[in-house]
Amino acid sequence: MNVTTNTRAQRMTFWEKLYLPEIAKGLALTFKTMFKPKLTRQYPEERWEPLGSYRGRPVLVLEEDGERCVACGLCSRVCPALAIEVQAGETEREKERYPVKFEINMLRCIYCGLCEEVCPEEAIVMSKDYDIVFHSQEEAIFGKDKLLVPIARLQERLEFLRQYK
Amino acid sequence: MPTITIDGRKIETQPGKTIIEAALENGIAIPHFCWHPALSVAGNCRMCLVRVGSYKKGADGTLERDAEGNPVVQWMPKLQIACATPVADGMVVDTVGEKTIAAQNAVMEFLLINHPLDCPICDEAGQCKLQEYAFKHSRGESRFVEEKVHKPKRVAWSDRIIFDGERCILCSRCIRFANEIAKQPVLTFVERNDHVTIELFEGTTFDSPYSMNVIELCPVGALTSADFRFKSRVWEMSFTPSVCPGCARGCNINIGVRDNQILRLEPRPNPHVNQYWMCDAGRLEQYRWVNSGRISGAAVRRNGALAPASFEEAFRAVADLLSTARGDAMMVLSGSITNEDGFVARECAAAFGIEHVAFVERNDPTFGDDFLRSSDRNANATGLRALGIPSTTWKELLQRMHERMPAVIYFIGADPFAEQDSSSWEELLGSGGAIIAQLSNHSQLEEIADVVLPAATYAEIEGTFTNCDGWVQYLQPAVETAETLRRINGMAQSRLDEFGAPNDRWTHGERRLCRPHWQLLTGVAGAAGHSIAYRSAAEVFAAIEDRVEAFRAMNYEALRQYRGIRLGRGNDPEPVGVVYRSHYMKPQSD
Ligand code: SF4
Ligand code: SF4
Ligand code: SF4
Ligand code: SF4
Ligand code: FES
Repeated sequence: MNVTTNTRAQRMTFWEKLYLPEIAKGLALTFKTMFKPKLTRQYPEERWEPLGSYRGRPVLVLEEDGERCVACGLCSRVCPALAIEVQAGETEREKERYPVKFEINMLRCIYCGLCEEVCPEEAIVMSKDYDIVFHSQEEAIFGKDKLLVPIARLQERLEFLRQYK
Repeated sequence: MPTITIDGRKIETQPGKTIIEAALENGIAIPHFCWHPALSVAGNCRMCLVRVGSYKKGADGTLERDAEGNPVVQWMPKLQIACATPVADGMVVDTVGEKTIAAQNAVMEFLLINHPLDCPICDEAGQCKLQEYAFKHSRGESRFVEEKVHKPKRVAWSDRIIFDGERCILCSRCIRFANEIAKQPVLTFVERNDHVTIELFEGTTFDSPYSMNVIELCPVGALTSADFRFKSRVWEMSFTPSVCPGCARGCNINIGVRDNQILRLEPRPNPHVNQYWMCDAGRLEQYRWVNSGRISGAAVRRNGALAPASFEEAFRAVADLLSTARGDAMMVLSGSITNEDGFVARECAAAFGIEHVAFVERNDPTFGDDFLRSSDRNANATGLRALGIPSTTWKELLQRMHERMPAVIYFIGADPFAEQDSSSWEELLGSGGAIIAQLSNHSQLEEIADVVLPAATYAEIEGTFTNCDGWVQYLQPAVETAETLRRINGMAQSRLDEFGAPNDRWTHGERRLCRPHWQLLTGVAGAAGHSIAYRSAAEVFAAIEDRVEAFRAMNYEALRQYRGIRLGRGNDPEPVGVVYRSHYMKPQSD
């Protein structure tokens, strides 16, 4: 049989086995840190507000007369994780085509931002949302109801794209 | 035989051919929009400009050579269009030189000046000739800052075709098609210069039975199908070469499938059968019944009600019925089952001692014309006759049954209630005699059937149809059944099929529990202890090849390669030559 007797407890020195000096060292560190400036925050009461360059969950731009997306399917094609499913339909509006169904599987999305980069209409952009929670696989599939965000709330990102894309 | 030199390659060709034809036959692609081998030459897009010349000869008739000893070419001062310039012996053509490329670039720039660049909403995107050439022959950046010319968009030429004037590059293919092939000359150019667009003559619609062919013919997305519009992007579909079962012509088609649903049918060129075309009826009708109204899973009548059953139980039930009938049974086949189905049906009938085996002819004199459409609406009447299966009509059957009702009637693909005069059938079939319904789609027949066997459709099977001119054509599965898998059965796959996981919603398309007729028949025979043991359609076809003279020396591989072989010509199939395809998705399907 292959029994190893060289356990961690056996390798400890006398002082280490005593524990007391180690506890003192630990407490010293704790006290020192207590008086340093705080790096953590009281999330979720205190939220962190990212900059425009941040890549949070992808959302669809909603203008006054409806979504910008024309359901071209390029984001779906480029998505390396195959997270996006688009079904186009015809509308009477001038743009002819709109997404009847637009779904992103947030369990698949890897926040790479390629959909945003490929979109010819600047209709899908990365938002600042980072706290995304769901309790089942079905809930993780975001439809148009969750994806459409009014353009006013996306100004910072759109500005960022205008400058750097 | 004139010999010409294209890009340094010597090519033998026939007099009267144009440069573009000679090049195509030798695998050299010259960019073009308006030229199409089946239409007259218009020469109006200028995309096919090439440099043409001939070798310079000295006064003594010998070739002049430059310092390096290469023959000197006397180029024509201006470029020529390859689609309208006939070949001449000794002609030299340059399709890749600097001047040619510059001309192609310039033509593309002109074409794109007023093009809306609608690609995100254009159904053609992904297989558009303009997109393809924009990649290959364009400078990539537009120098045009002025306002583009606006033209009518979303104009309905009929209830089947929508025209977008802005996307149109004015190649006139559609006009020539309407005049020369559809023989419905209702389209014309109007206006001048950059305002030119296409209009219908006052009070006409473009609704010829072949009108929808202009959708594929149009090199760009100016003509779209009202039926398909925006259903899917081309790259999301898989395309499987197949054959239309709509009539005895057997037009070659591609089946576009996404999520196991057929979204569209489009013609596939085959010079033997349908050239480049198919009819609108075939295109619009022959996929809907595959997508909906399907029977899934077998059923057996117990205590007066149909109850779902396993295949084994159903086979057992059919075998019992046929065995107890002792030959007092009738096998009624559809004229649109494959050669394989017909052959196994005949073998199965012989095993059970059934003498009355016939297929029901479906004729529709109003459907036929002198082009593709045939009044014979059976996909495979010619093939079934070649296999020695006699034909009958519903009327004849009705009469025979009135005289004497057989103990068992086995309907294989044939559905009496799909015909108009169903009331007489209701009465007759309800009056006695066991009924076996082996069908693909729900029918009133199920209500009185004792056993229902679910059959696969033409889009789900491997097999062969023989068209009205005797061309045996190969079919392969495009749609999965509950018992086949795209991945392992070698079926065409789109990217979604390839990478989708079981929890992706696009992999949830309906898959029906059904089997090809021949396979159901072997099951029935097996349950009665007769051994008709084929494991695949190819094995059945090998047996046909072995036993039926007309099919001698044929196999699936050869049928595919030659795009059909005529009955009796297995040993000497006709080569199909170079098949022109105007535009296609890349990587190339078919
Ligand atoms: S790329 Fe843009 S326009 Fe196209 S489907 Fe995606 S979000 Fe819509
Ligand atoms: S015709 Fe071609 S280039 Fe024009 S919008 Fe359609 S896909 Fe794009
Ligand atoms: S509609 Fe299409 S086929 Fe007809 S002229 Fe325009 S580009 Fe050519
Ligand atoms: S002519 Fe017949 S085979 Fe051809 S597409 Fe029409 S229905 Fe189908
Ligand atoms: S293809 Fe020759 S001019 Fe159009």
